[in-house]
Amino acid sequence: MLGKLNWAALPLDEPIPLVASAMVICVIIGVLVLAVMKGWVPYLWREWITSVDHKRIGVMYCVLALVMLLRGFTDALMMRSQQVLAFHAAGYLPPSHYDQIFSAHGTIMIFFVAMPFVIGLMNFVIPLQLGVRDVAFPTLNSVSFWLTAVGALLTNISLFVGEFAKTGWLPYPPLSELTYSPGVGVDYWLWSLQISGIGTLLSGVNLVVTILKMRAPGMSYLRMPMFCWTALASNLLVVAAFPILTATSAMLILDRYLGFHFFTNEAGGNAVMFMNLIWAWGHPEVYILILPAFGVFSEVISTFSGKPLFGYRSMVMATMAICVLAFMVWLHHFFTMGAGGDVNAFFGIMTMVIAVPTGVKVYNWLFTLFGGRIRYTSPVLWSIGFMVTFVIGGMTGVLMAVPPADFVLHNSLFLIAHFHNVIIGGVLFGVFAGYTYWFPKAFGFRLDERWGKAAFWLWLIGFYVAFMPLYVLGFLGMTRRMQHYDVAAWRPWLLVAAAGALLILAGIGCQIAQLAVSIKNRHKLQDLTGDPWDGRSLEWATASPPPAFNFAIMPDVRGEEPYWTMKQTAIARHQLREEAHYEAIEAPRNTSTGIIAAFFATLIGFAMIWHIWWMVALGLAGAFATFVAFAWREQSEITIPAAEVAAIDRANRAARSMALSQMTRSPQ
Amino acid sequence: MSAIDSAAPFDPYRLGRGGDGDLGQAGGPAPKRVIVAYGFWIFLLSDIVMFSAFFASYAVLAGATAHGPTGRQIFDLGEVAAETACLLLSSFSCGMAAVATGARNKTAFYLAMIVTFVLGAIFITLEVREFIGLIEAGDGPSRSAFLSAFFALVGCHGAHVSAGLLWLLTMIAQVYAKGFRAEMLRRILCFNLFWHALDIIWVAVFTVVYLLAGRP
Repeated sequence: MLGKLNWAALPLDEPIPLVASAMVICVIIGVLVLAVMKGWVPYLWREWITSVDHKRIGVMYCVLALVMLLRGFTDALMMRSQQVLAFHAAGYLPPSHYDQIFSAHGTIMIFFVAMPFVIGLMNFVIPLQLGVRDVAFPTLNSVSFWLTAVGALLTNISLFVGEFAKTGWLPYPPLSELTYSPGVGVDYWLWSLQISGIGTLLSGVNLVVTILKMRAPGMSYLRMPMFCWTALASNLLVVAAFPILTATSAMLILDRYLGFHFFTNEAGGNAVMFMNLIWAWGHPEVYILILPAFGVFSEVISTFSGKPLFGYRSMVMATMAICVLAFMVWLHHFFTMGAGGDVNAFFGIMTMVIAVPTGVKVYNWLFTLFGGRIRYTSPVLWSIGFMVTFVIGGMTGVLMAVPPADFVLHNSLFLIAHFHNVIIGGVLFGVFAGYTYWFPKAFGFRLDERWGKAAFWLWLIGFYVAFMPLYVLGFLGMTRRMQHYDVAAWRPWLLVAAAGALLILAGIGCQIAQLAVSIKNRHKLQDLTGDPWDGRSLEWATASPPPAFNFAIMPDVRGEEPYWTMKQTAIARHQLREEAHYEAIEAPRNTSTGIIAAFFATLIGFAMIWHIWWMVALGLAGAFATFVAFAWREQSEITIPAAEVAAIDRANRAARSMALSQMTRSPQ
Repeated sequence: MSAIDSAAPFDPYRLGRGGDGDLGQAGGPAPKRVIVAYGFWIFLLSDIVMFSAFFASYAVLAGATAHGPTGRQIFDLGEVAAETACLLLSSFSCGMAAVATGARNKTAFYLAMIVTFVLGAIFITLEVREFIGLIEAGDGPSRSAFLSAFFALVGCHGAHVSAGLLWLLTMIAQVYAKGFRAEMLRRILCFNLFWHALDIIWVAVFTVVYLLAGRP
């Protein structure tokens, strides 16, 4: 009846997962009870859960990412503390648990923190920057988000029902085959990623079409803000790379469920093929994450330097060059697997070539700052912190791109230090900069700067203290994923690294405090006009938070930086543009399709993991019924009357003309 | 100043290439029909990337027969030729359904879609028969890596065709219930793209799997 599922799946004899899962369940129940008691459920259902508004969905992606960041960071703290204790000792985490923790840490941080965060920012910002009302497929957008959430949910269910993979964040065969991993851990990994991968792919299609086919009149390609370009490159990579992950996971699923021999040791299976396939997705994935972060830095640096981006066209070229080169370097993840000198040389050189367009970008940012009137707000601090940190990470990457050096360093803590150096210093600093930069646009008030700057410094210093020792440990020969060790020379460095993790913890604490303080002081921090940073691109041309339709009148783009031109004209003329003629606007209607599809996807995933075949059939039937019901609905749009549009827009115009008259009366 | 102004009627957005009146995408968001079809194309491209991963794995594992049968020993080209004929013909009838949609002729639409369904169902039946025959002879996917890759690649295409058949039936029902509405026209367009893409993939399967297996 319940397949492989029985009471033994619950960790009743392991105190750590038991307590952790009890705490998580208590928090979830507490939140649910609070929502019900306060009567928030109808509001949440109507305005968020069933929303197809790209801004709401973008915010929900970011919330998911922030929550999962806490989970992933908890795993990191456990690993650091285990390595503090496990010198000539067993530590407090048994190997089977420790293995699950490092696997879950990597999986969660990449798939359920970094990915949803960048997708959330892109979802929120792109239609606003392009001057349009929504993404190309609003309902699909909601489905994508909820499928991503299902992946995160299944990964977390593994905490207290069964186990997670013990194979590392990429389940390399033959270890991940049924022979060596007979439990459900690898299956949790496979189905979480299969389901959330579909969500990511659909969101990639959606954003590519939005950027290529839905731009405001006059918004030609070379007038798009840099963030749109990097998002385009990133989503093209999603469309081209994620199907490879789907296929590879499907092959491993067939091996594990139906006795196929893709990657097994027996019957001609080829484990190295898994590495080739997974990294043919995995390396583009790195750029899927970092390119949008590059876009955020471009926006932030240009805005807060008060200058257009330096070398815009070279930035576009560099972005697209990285997009193409991303597919030509995958083998550098396994130089040591015997591809031979010629192949290794080719991939080593290609890897170094990628440093060229990246270098172009760094110089462009520096020259944008040069001669600018820089305002050192926390987004700028994240950006400058990124430039220093990312260049170091990039250089250690180029070092490892030399195959002979990689033979020494591969799978050592040097590698761990390198990719944390680029992912934390690049992606995470980027999404934090974007989070601070666009927060007022999303919620109508700014984040507190004092706490924001404290968080930045703690993160920056914490990062260096936590990860520079790992470079040293790599040279001292310490390999990754060690549950215990007995080399005395490693211990001091591991103690320092643990202290760095605590600094980062303090940084996260500051970020939580920043959010709480900002919500409390939201009236003081309010963004009245919709342009809190003296911005340059179209998202600042509308109110904060923007109305459901984004723009009362679709912007008419006549050059680069259309909003900046609009603003300077208004300042010169001492008045806003004439009020336009308002018309009724068609907006997509809310739908529960996304959340219902997610419910059935959860059923399918869970049932697949535990071999509950009737529930799989039920889930599939339910999913099909959901889509038929959606296809059958009569009304797909609602109309917002012209009077309502006018009222909303006039309120914003009033705030803007007040700010304008203050500005023109008293020049700073 | 005057140069810009005089160009304005032909180049309202100052893109610097006025005169021909064709602004392309610079004229604002594309119509919904274009957006939907374009989006579906991008999705199909991603699907083709997924197939390419299965093709690549087949190419890698084609020789890994583990002392089991080779493709030459087990493939019945006559049967596969019949499958291919069915699928190619179904693409033609699917195209006829698009023509019938253009003419807003419901009867012709139903007829063409039903013919498409029948041909697709024959294709699937023949494929399943081939699979069952192989498994009964002990040459199932667990026999060797080559057979694993074969079953996965051909089965993945078959799964797509089966999903397409389900979609086809749903759309017949929808046209019956709702007629040729704008959103139905878009879905019929997408279905056509899907069905033809499956045909293209089948041509690759037929060539790479069945014809190349016949090599000495």
